[in-house]
Amino acid sequence: MNQYQLNPNLFNDDITQEPIRVGFGRGLRVAGEINDKIVALSADLTDSTQEGSFRDTFPDRFIETGIAEQNLAAVSSGLALAGKIPFASSFAAFNPGRNWEQIRTTIALNDQPVKIIGSHAGISDGPDGATHQMLEDIALMRVLPNMIIIVPGDSLEAEKATKLIAENGKPCYLRLAREKTPIISTDQSPFEIGKAYVVRDGADVSLMGTGTMTYQLLVAANILAQQGINAEVVHVPTVKPLDTETIIDSARRTGRVVTAEEAQIAAGFGGAVAEVLGDQLPTPIHRIGMQDRFGESGETEELFDHFEISGKHIARKVQDFVNNTPQYHRN
Amino acid sequence: MGGQLTISELQKKANDLRKEVICMLESAGSGHTAGSLDLADIMAALYFDILKVDPKNPNWEERDIFSLSNGHTVPIQYAAMAEAGFFDKSELTTLRKLGSRLQGHPERVILPGLETTSGPLGSGLSQAAGYAYSLQYLDNNKHRFVYTIMGDGELDEGNVWEAAMFAGKYKLSQLIAFIDRNNIQIDGSTESVMPLEDLHVKWESFGWHVIEIDGHNIQSIIDAVNMSKAITNRPSMIIAYTIAGKGVDFMEYDYKWHGISPNTEQAARALQELGVLDDIDLSKEAEL
Repeated sequence: MNQYQLNPNLFNDDITQEPIRVGFGRGLRVAGEINDKIVALSADLTDSTQEGSFRDTFPDRFIETGIAEQNLAAVSSGLALAGKIPFASSFAAFNPGRNWEQIRTTIALNDQPVKIIGSHAGISDGPDGATHQMLEDIALMRVLPNMIIIVPGDSLEAEKATKLIAENGKPCYLRLAREKTPIISTDQSPFEIGKAYVVRDGADVSLMGTGTMTYQLLVAANILAQQGINAEVVHVPTVKPLDTETIIDSARRTGRVVTAEEAQIAAGFGGAVAEVLGDQLPTPIHRIGMQDRFGESGETEELFDHFEISGKHIARKVQDFVNNTPQYHRN
Repeated sequence: MGGQLTISELQKKANDLRKEVICMLESAGSGHTAGSLDLADIMAALYFDILKVDPKNPNWEERDIFSLSNGHTVPIQYAAMAEAGFFDKSELTTLRKLGSRLQGHPERVILPGLETTSGPLGSGLSQAAGYAYSLQYLDNNKHRFVYTIMGDGELDEGNVWEAAMFAGKYKLSQLIAFIDRNNIQIDGSTESVMPLEDLHVKWESFGWHVIEIDGHNIQSIIDAVNMSKAITNRPSMIIAYTIAGKGVDFMEYDYKWHGISPNTEQAARALQELGVLDDIDLSKEAEL
């Protein structure tokens, strides 16, 4: 039995919701109180990316770069060389979307502890439309050596992650969502960089999700239970380095794996799981996410349904997958 | 290092560095010759007069910071670093070879004394500005300076102008940048590829103190840096006019030498022009 403590009100209608990025803002301010080496940089999106609280508390350690994401990344590299711990924030579409090469050369190859904060990532950016719905960032950052990637499942986890990456001495990418989403964890729930968590035990299929998709997988698992399918749910907030042990153990238990992400399925989180399983424990896998297409304007809930990444759509896809796929690793 | 050498001694250092560069590039079989040669005088002035650094303690907390934004000219920096004692000169001919600490473009993590990883053009000024910001606003340290060199072709990159605005806005007075104004880039002259002038007016309008000098006159280089250090309300840009391939007649002014290295015969001719070798072990020395 897993020990993970989910929010006990998870499936209540009045479940507390909060944008994941808000947790980052809280975590940054607290981290800033603990460590005066922390500086925050913004590219003209200070309140959107939730750095306003840090700016107001530590105005001397807040740096406005204007709408210049390449400079944002490379200035951060210089600050890191000077012994600072820079949090460089903008929308994910531009950071790392616009400044990937600066991140690659001056931060990743240069191995500087800059924290890239990509807010408004994923389809849940909603009405802004395809230009701003960053879906390729996990793939872009996953291929960079030295880079750590964290996609929190809720605002509480984002807060915990922010405090930890502040002190880990490595380049990091923190992917944040704009819209309110349910708080799936509690203050007591564990979070460690590089750890995945079984949050629901099951025997028939493993549902592995990152970011906002873990909640949708839990919703799907409830629907599937009514259909007699007992799904295990694994929450994977750290996409790199991947917790291969937890993923392989779960795949071995259930013999079938489904992944879900608010991103392109190509080279993203599902791709990372597929690589690990292909190398170490070949297991049938079905990847849910954006299917090689861009998003469009709409409300988050509408878009989750439209692109079939909401709980009910995931449940249907998992049901098809389970019905048509033999369960591996059964003696 | 601090002013112990005379101008003529510094000129001799620059010439020695040029010879080292020819040998390194000949041995490597690839690399960027023109810019490496034309920066010899600036590099000699930096490492043997201007920079406050300790080769035996590369992470010395009170050091000046120098980073090479146009990282493809790093052979001349390696030559200067070896001459200054950061590592043994015998390592110079490992340039660009498997297992070497002297990568084709500079990598901080591998070689102590390099302050950053650079080569992809346009972001060195931003990095230098980040460091200078830290000194001025976060560390309240007035006694350290941050130097960087950019190529002139590099100014095509948009990132440079983002950094220009940033440094201007924050009046980063401890930031002293050079433009190696040699007028060449890979596809031809800078003014035919993408016109850059009026550079003086451009940088001034971004809030920089601008000085134009002969980039081969070591006294001018030192004077320009001293002037820049005295400017306390703006970053400084030293536009150093240089001759691509300086020192080797058949390479000078020729953009074709931007991205290639001399073969053995060309290297021998270049070394003859630069003067007899005392302490350089060219693999093909017998052919001289």
